[in-house]
Amino acid sequence: MSGSDVTRGGVRGARPDREALTGAAAGRRRRRRGRGEQPMVPEAEFSSYYGKPVLNRPTWKPLDIAGYLYLGGLAGGSSLLAAGADLTGRPVLARAAKLGAAGAISLSLAALVHDLGRPARFLNMLRVFKPTSPMSVGSWLLTAYAPLTMAAAATDVARRYRLVGSAATAGAAVLGTGVATYTAVLVADTAVPSWHEGYRELPFVFAGSGASAAAGLGLLAAPAGQAGPARRMAVLGAALELGSFQLMKQRMGLSAEPYEQGRPHLLLRMSEVLTAGGAALAVVSGRRRDRWLAAAAGTALLTGSAALRFAVFHAGVASAEDPKYTVVPQRERLTERGR
Amino acid sequence: MNPDDRTGADGAAVGGNLLFGPQPDVAGAAGYPQAPPRMGFFTDTSVCIGCKACEVACKEWNAVPEDGLELTGMSYDNTQGLGADTWRHVAFIEQRKPLGGQEPGVAHEDVDVFAAATRLGTDAGSPGPGATAPPPDRASEAAPAGRISPLAPEGRTELRWLMASDVCKHCTHAACLDVCPTGALFRTEFGTVVVQEDVCNGCGYCVPACPYGVIDQRKDDGRVWKCTLCYDRLGVGMEPACAKSCPTESIQFGPLEELRERAQGRVAQLHAAGVTDARLYGESPDDGVGGDGAFFLLLDEPEVYGLPPDPVVTTRDLPDMWRHAALAAVSLAALALGSFVRRPR
Ligand code: SF4
Ligand code: SF4
Repeated sequence: MSGSDVTRGGVRGARPDREALTGAAAGRRRRRRGRGEQPMVPEAEFSSYYGKPVLNRPTWKPLDIAGYLYLGGLAGGSSLLAAGADLTGRPVLARAAKLGAAGAISLSLAALVHDLGRPARFLNMLRVFKPTSPMSVGSWLLTAYAPLTMAAAATDVARRYRLVGSAATAGAAVLGTGVATYTAVLVADTAVPSWHEGYRELPFVFAGSGASAAAGLGLLAAPAGQAGPARRMAVLGAALELGSFQLMKQRMGLSAEPYEQGRPHLLLRMSEVLTAGGAALAVVSGRRRDRWLAAAAGTALLTGSAALRFAVFHAGVASAEDPKYTVVPQRERLTERGR
Repeated sequence: MNPDDRTGADGAAVGGNLLFGPQPDVAGAAGYPQAPPRMGFFTDTSVCIGCKACEVACKEWNAVPEDGLELTGMSYDNTQGLGADTWRHVAFIEQRKPLGGQEPGVAHEDVDVFAAATRLGTDAGSPGPGATAPPPDRASEAAPAGRISPLAPEGRTELRWLMASDVCKHCTHAACLDVCPTGALFRTEFGTVVVQEDVCNGCGYCVPACPYGVIDQRKDDGRVWKCTLCYDRLGVGMEPACAKSCPTESIQFGPLEELRERAQGRVAQLHAAGVTDARLYGESPDDGVGGDGAFFLLLDEPEVYGLPPDPVVTTRDLPDMWRHAALAAVSLAALALGSFVRRPR
């Protein structure tokens, strides 16, 4: 430590040395205050071991795993858009969505492999099939889904094997719904309070977020005449995403707090503005038949969806790093049970 | 993915009491028909002296690398917590609570230690006078020179020191094992949970899944590591290195059933001796993880030791999670359909 950094709470970074307390008197180290909103619940009193977290910090890299969540949603939503566009005769929209799905899922697979501690052992993921492991289920799902998206995109670009292409597009659309939503189970099936406690609503948040991202891509690529479904998907997706997120926060109790502090808070506000704004712009762009407005809407929707995934990721990590979010709800549960 | 299906491969069992609740035959449920009795640890923290022999023995036997040399100021704990390179961790807690609370119930009624201390140096074989007492000029009222008193030099009487050796709990329902996508984590015939280092691909899923913060990734290696309950030693009928090295038998190793009985007796003994703080942690098969294979006798609330007060295996809710995800997937399909349906004009 170079120089002292004196704050109201004493010298920052100084060890408590022999003054160190444990038990209720010690409380926890104070968190930096988040900007804006007040915490929803009053500061809870609880004991901890020198303020150390109970859980180990997730080792996932933010860019890889938040990116993985985002790209999975984008791919899944795009596959649905592609199938619909195919069926309703919107070739430009269909091609953009097929290419988007194939590209996004390839990138997301790359991110997943990159995040492994031993990337060369990626194929060990396919050693077993374990329904108790969302990552195992997801690996198998992607193994089936990724080739379908590629077949769909390749046949479209090559203008050949139309029948194979339609079958692949339809198959990708069916599996795409799973690809976009299973990632919610992936993060919720952990001991991380701000992920686990939202397990009921998070799949819907991710479904909405995936739909709005795919709609964004469609708006960017397709002419106004073909982008009608993308515009509607933008509105419906944004509504599902924002609505279920509010519901999730209300039901999570204390675990909702990390979403309202620091970086996750900032990212969330950003995502709300971009997603809601993007959906509104999409509607206006449809009325005015304005390509530039549609492109702006598309960019906003794509960015908003990404911001949401990063917010969820960072909020979870923050909740794992503070013993409060582990100890307080568990202690309350015990008190309720009257032990 | 029918939740009632029972599959035994790599302990990936679903349904019944395989995800949650009491499970008397963990090894059997994981596919060992003729398993030996479930083995575990009973760590009785009331006799721990904080010597860290367990930490050292574990590192030595398992060739666990150095995990950073740092002085933390957290009492005598410079290890800080369990992780990839710390499989036993001794916690030190200093509390302003009456000294007597720590008395482990060892009866000394027939020996007056203070009287014995005043005789220091007066008989053969004991150190010279003043060896432990403060010099006369620095002696306080509460601790007069030449006499040893239970008071601290400043006259404080209320200090107790809790020490506890923490370890992987080898949960009955181990979240780390449940979520491992490669099958690297598996249930042994002894009912313990072990990582196969030649299979783990370092996906890191087990790390946030563990409700106790035990397993972690070794950065330079990429794979995850944790206590194996000395699987190699158990295989040849030896006890784990930590239990072997513990000088006070704070770490007791044996068949879990036997340890549970012994622990009940120990709590009763401590309660009778007035140590009402004594309680068992992780011994109940009815708790959120179906009981720990390594459980503890604590002298304060678990969170004081950095343990979660009421951990629940995250996969208890997994069937419900899949149900919600399936519903969300259907909603997404409906949403897409809605996007393509033209509103009637
Ligand atoms: S304590 Fe953690 S690492 Fe050990 S078996 Fe239980 S879940 Fe796995
Ligand atoms: S890091 Fe290794 S042990 Fe842990 S879940 Fe992944 S493959 Fe399994």
